[in-house]
Amino acid sequence: MAPVGLAITKKAWAGDVAADLLKTVRPPVIWLHFQDCTGCTETLLRTSKPGVADLILNIISLEYHETLMPGSGRQAEEQLHSAMKTYAGKYVLVCEGSIPTKGDGIYFKLGGKPGTQLLEEAAAKAGEIVAIGSCASWGGLPSAGDNPTGANGVADLIKGVPIVNLPGCPPHPYNLLGTVLEFVRTGALPELDSALRPKFAYDRVIHEHCPRRPHFDSGRFAQQFGDDGHRHGWCLYKLGCKGPDTHAGCSTRHFNEMPDVWPIGIGAPCVGCTEKGIAFNVPIFQNASVHNFTPPATYPPIATGAGHPAHIATGLAGLIVGSAVGAAWTAAQRFQSSQESAAVNPPEPPKELVPVSHEKSNEDGGGI
Amino acid sequence: MSITRRQLIKIGIAGGASAALTGTAVAAEEPSAPRDAVGMLYDATLCVGCKSCVVACANANGLTPDTRLDPLHQSPVDLNSFTKNIIKLYTPAAGESGPYSFVKRQCMHCVDPFCAAACPFHALSKDAVTGIVSWDSDKCIGCRYCQLACPFETPKFDWDAFNAKIIKCEFCKERQARGLEPACTYVCPKKAVIFGRRDLLLREAHRRIENSPGKYFDNRVYGEVEGGGTQVLYLSTVSFDKLGLPNLSADEHPSHWLRWQERVMKGFVLPLTVYGVIVGFLKQNFREHDKEMNEEQKKTGLLPQI
Repeated sequence: MAPVGLAITKKAWAGDVAADLLKTVRPPVIWLHFQDCTGCTETLLRTSKPGVADLILNIISLEYHETLMPGSGRQAEEQLHSAMKTYAGKYVLVCEGSIPTKGDGIYFKLGGKPGTQLLEEAAAKAGEIVAIGSCASWGGLPSAGDNPTGANGVADLIKGVPIVNLPGCPPHPYNLLGTVLEFVRTGALPELDSALRPKFAYDRVIHEHCPRRPHFDSGRFAQQFGDDGHRHGWCLYKLGCKGPDTHAGCSTRHFNEMPDVWPIGIGAPCVGCTEKGIAFNVPIFQNASVHNFTPPATYPPIATGAGHPAHIATGLAGLIVGSAVGAAWTAAQRFQSSQESAAVNPPEPPKELVPVSHEKSNEDGGGI
Repeated sequence: MSITRRQLIKIGIAGGASAALTGTAVAAEEPSAPRDAVGMLYDATLCVGCKSCVVACANANGLTPDTRLDPLHQSPVDLNSFTKNIIKLYTPAAGESGPYSFVKRQCMHCVDPFCAAACPFHALSKDAVTGIVSWDSDKCIGCRYCQLACPFETPKFDWDAFNAKIIKCEFCKERQARGLEPACTYVCPKKAVIFGRRDLLLREAHRRIENSPGKYFDNRVYGEVEGGGTQVLYLSTVSFDKLGLPNLSADEHPSHWLRWQERVMKGFVLPLTVYGVIVGFLKQNFREHDKEMNEEQKKTGLLPQI
């Protein structure tokens, strides 16, 4: 359960990572907010290995973060531009929130500039981009339904810069820490999947490691909120849990560094927040589709033959067969008798088939 | 290059004709497993029923999980076209007492395979070195004689497919070619099923019986002689017929019956005699029939019907 933040990327153990961190220059980080709720920043405040103070003061050099920085207005704006100029090509750009594109970007502006322009300028000089949260990864909540503001993820708008997506609403803070520490140590991104998510956190589905999995395999499902099964901690699949569809590490790495603090752990079905097209798009109570089928906790018996037919069924079948045989016999008898009568009184051949000559008939008539 | 079905049919017709002309037949020998025959030993007393072998088998063989019974689980009830390997559970019937037991069912890889003997085109054949019984799609005509012939009900027909296959365990041939053991023995956490040379496995099975006399049913290894011997061997506390393994004697195998067939067919004398008698009967009947027909025609003046 409880995570150990430093060793998260499985490439090295925590001691190695910590030792290397002392030798490296702190990487400059610029954190931009777009259409967001600041939940991703909030999740980062709830870490202790390293704590956020240790992180921003000793491990990274946080140049710009609207929530954490004391400055504001013109002062903050100047800091952003000077950091972009000083660390051009080297800084890590963390984007939080989706970027609206409709109406020339009027739905989001910073310092008079639309979000799209701000992102383009910041991304052009970035060493790598971390899109934190579902909104920055693929649009998230603002892109749900009709997507009124034309909200997009970073990877939809920016090409040519290495991008890591850390979807989740919010994502686990150690996903960000692991990615940043990996970049600090090696200067490279962690291994990514097809949706640009680091594999160390997103390579398996919730369902595979769900603590409620034995209930799924035994067919013990909570049927509605608050029922007996729900109170006993049974599987939430039938309440619409998206665990089988959702790639994320929540089932092994719980939130707030407390055991069982994560949606399924507290009895709420997974909504699939890390998956594009599932969270905010598939109805919450709709059942997910299972991808990796495994056997249930039951066993087939030795003999799985057809079993024995019931007595009534046997009787019915006998009746049907008997009547069919009887009908066939009767039909055969009738056919035979009609054949015999036909042989005794052969039917008149049809007139048109018999060649009739008038002369001959006249002769016959004359004969009579 | 493998022989195609068309070539096989030609060869079959030519061979049949020549065999009929010369009246010879190939002598069937007493079967014995190849020297380096591989096999599996399944000890039901070790199996915990985790079914990891069922999942591993489906994955290794690229089989679609059977979710027809339960849309959420891979839940086959028997071997079928989705399932080459299955764990079943024997529980004593109501009123009976005794232990329960798991059983792993799969192709037994008979020393003298029933399916291969029944196959008209040798689509099922036994490897001369490893003794693995495998199926060749190029030769199969889809008659499913193998299904009827197999006393273990192992070969399964892919009913839903347009170009149907015969599905059965082939000891993970592809994995073996890569130097790996079959998926089921590889994943088994209790080593309840182990893979190796058949003679060594037999020795191991007898060692286990000797070490704990009275533990195993009948103090015997199922598959040592049953049905002429199989390359998959079983140890169990529960009697083998309760686990669904048929009671076969040592000489219930195809070669044995083939020898009887040879005796009957020797020199083609008996068949010819039977054919002669039948033809005689027919001739006699037709003569009667013709006579009646002519009389009828004379009487009525009508052409005979049919």
